[in-house]
Amino acid sequence: MSSHAPATPLGIDPAGTVHSSHEHHELGFWRRYIFSTDHKVIGLQFLFTGLVMLLFGGLMAMAIRWQLAYPWTEMPLVGKILFPETGGVATPEGYTMLFTMHGTLMIFFVIIPLLTGTFGNFLIPLMLGAPDMAFPRLNMIGYWFWWPGIVLILLSFGAEGGGPAAGWTSYPPLSTIETAAPGSLQGQNLWLLSLTFVGVSSMMGAINYVTTIVKMRAPGMTYFRMPLSIWGLFISALLQLFALPVLTAAGFMQLFDRVLDTGFFTPTNTTINGLTPEAGELAAGGHPLLWQHLFWFYSHPAVYIMVLPAMGFASDILSVNARKPIFGYKPMAYSMAGIAGLGFIVWGHHMFMSGMNPAVGLVFMTATVLIAMPSAVKVFNWLGTLWGSSIRLNTSMLFALAFVSMFIIGGLSGIWMACTAVDIYIHDTYIIVAHFHYVVFAGSVLAIFGALYHWFPKMFGRMMNETLGKIHFVGTFIFTNGVFYMMHQLGIAGLMRRTADPYAYETFAHMQPMNQFISICAFCLLFWQVFFVINFFGSMFLGKRVGRNPWKACSLEWVAPSPPGHGNFDRELAVHHGPYEYGVPGQREDYCPQTVEIDAAPTPVEEPVLA
Amino acid sequence: MSQTIAAFDPAVDAPAHHHPVYDYDSGPPVARGKFAIWLFLATEIMFFSGLIGAYVVLRTGAGSWPNPEERLAVPITALNTFILITSSWLMVRALLASKTGDRTAVLKWLGATIIGGAVFVGIQVYEYFELIHHGNFPNGDIFWSTFYTMTGFHGTHVIVGLIWLIAVWFATWRGHYTKENNLGIELAGLYWHFVDLVWVLLFTVVYLF
Repeated sequence: MSSHAPATPLGIDPAGTVHSSHEHHELGFWRRYIFSTDHKVIGLQFLFTGLVMLLFGGLMAMAIRWQLAYPWTEMPLVGKILFPETGGVATPEGYTMLFTMHGTLMIFFVIIPLLTGTFGNFLIPLMLGAPDMAFPRLNMIGYWFWWPGIVLILLSFGAEGGGPAAGWTSYPPLSTIETAAPGSLQGQNLWLLSLTFVGVSSMMGAINYVTTIVKMRAPGMTYFRMPLSIWGLFISALLQLFALPVLTAAGFMQLFDRVLDTGFFTPTNTTINGLTPEAGELAAGGHPLLWQHLFWFYSHPAVYIMVLPAMGFASDILSVNARKPIFGYKPMAYSMAGIAGLGFIVWGHHMFMSGMNPAVGLVFMTATVLIAMPSAVKVFNWLGTLWGSSIRLNTSMLFALAFVSMFIIGGLSGIWMACTAVDIYIHDTYIIVAHFHYVVFAGSVLAIFGALYHWFPKMFGRMMNETLGKIHFVGTFIFTNGVFYMMHQLGIAGLMRRTADPYAYETFAHMQPMNQFISICAFCLLFWQVFFVINFFGSMFLGKRVGRNPWKACSLEWVAPSPPGHGNFDRELAVHHGPYEYGVPGQREDYCPQTVEIDAAPTPVEEPVLA
Repeated sequence: MSQTIAAFDPAVDAPAHHHPVYDYDSGPPVARGKFAIWLFLATEIMFFSGLIGAYVVLRTGAGSWPNPEERLAVPITALNTFILITSSWLMVRALLASKTGDRTAVLKWLGATIIGGAVFVGIQVYEYFELIHHGNFPNGDIFWSTFYTMTGFHGTHVIVGLIWLIAVWFATWRGHYTKENNLGIELAGLYWHFVDLVWVLLFTVVYLF
């Protein structure tokens, strides 16, 4: 038993610390780290790529915040790269490009890939007791299909007329008529092609996840013994399967509108920047609103793709560190399904101001408000899990708690802004920006951080530094709220989003100091991630070496070695109970791994004899 | 007790020299590949739903819509539809033959399926040429926009299906499939039937109504 090799820098050892006579093969560097079919390596590839994209998207956000705090002044650091012609000063079109690309990068290249690509790949086989994904090679192809998307979206920055500038929602006619905006030249075509590649990549991943979860659960691992992380990933994969193809179809229609001059989204009798479709080579007779319907039919479920896995991770982290079973396991799973199901019929709440029959708006409003119910089930169950527990306040737990509290803020504002009457007033103001950043950044991104701290030992066989982690948490939490909380107030006061210089309007001039405060918090927030970067990369090499189950958790991934070798498990697996058996009375330990049977007749604890 | 993190202990934490046997399947009794192809077809259904849904919205929202019979060669396309449906039946015969292990019959039926599909694509391409020859481009009006987009995507799917079927034909020829292992033929067949089914829908909504 002398073969316990030290954790490699990349953590994973696909060539196998698990050696056996029939499966001893050394893979070359390329097959091991680049074109690997091992789900753990692919998960880490998604992780590293996603973190780099997070930096890009974050820098775009900083550029946006600079312009909002100090409009038309020279942007430090990134200004010279983004706006070389003006010497680092933003242009109005350039600002539009910035928020378009910030949204696009963060959604399609950071949040979704980090949640489903990284943790979907890494956790699904490990938590289910499977050796790998159902289709390892498809998994690898899926990752590499993401890359043309990355290359195209980065190329679009340098496209003629600048990057795409129609918003991440890409509404026509701004996005379909080339003369509508400078960014609607080649940049928009590259944007559409890029998203098609990302879509195909996601689809390959989703098919793989669903097949693996349905077909490759270990003996005894029934659906209702799966950790909630798996439920979140499972349901978000189903959402991707059924919603994403519609965006792909719509994207092709928009691309054809642009390159073949079809008329899907070009209305009759319009003149846009002096161009009348009927007079030119463009077909007309289309509906701009059609794009909004098709786009939001995908992109609203996509919002749940971006939060359901995070809910799952938070549930797991809360339960492990509260040392208590998750409160109401089945309702937790059902409520995720409920959120996803309702998520398919609420897309119209993005379009209340687009010219919609009020009766239809009412239906969308009711359906949207209904989502509060499964969401509330989840929140109360998280609180129920924490109630009366002895909480282990480590970094991952802090981030999970932050996720729950931030999700409450973002979720609550979501309920009332879905009411048509409210939305008419707050539409396209900063309160919308505050709302979705509370869910997607303060919610999902903080949950991703929590999940990274939690599963880092499994990924790399080493612990992340707790002190640095807590420093990272405190700063991140404070500055996150410093950035996004104030946006509620600005929004209520009417400040419009997507405006390069709102202070040009007398009404908003007095809001500049508040925006400067927000921007300073944003710069600090980005800077504070230095603690994460140091901790993350430093711990890969210097972290304390830990064993299989550092957190004393129940789910199956902690049965495998840290990091797991090729094929993941080194013992036969049989699952006897659910993944949250913490503090079962009368057991030897305060947790019962899924592979260990619960002692039905525990030795009775001696009653203290009272004198 | 649970507050401290135990350090690496070689006695319990080192990977053991043991490979568990993964010979179980927790899902419904269909092959993984078949399960996945159904998921893939679900995404395809949603893709064409997006296209057809857009078509329905545009058409019902339009003030007037041209009569397809005046613009498109409906009788020829009806014949073409018949050919494609026939090729689906030929595909069923190929799968049946593969279940008896009759390789020659599989090659014959698969070959006939491929020919049927190729004839369909040929007639579609001919129709495109004729239409374009008469100056009907995708940018002509919204009718042509939708027509070319929907039939174009369907045609692309037929061509992909043909490539797949040709690959399966060669695999059969090399003796890749046996009586027990004919999954590859079945998967290609499922995709082919799906492509045919979509065409029946498209033919109905684009050509007939």
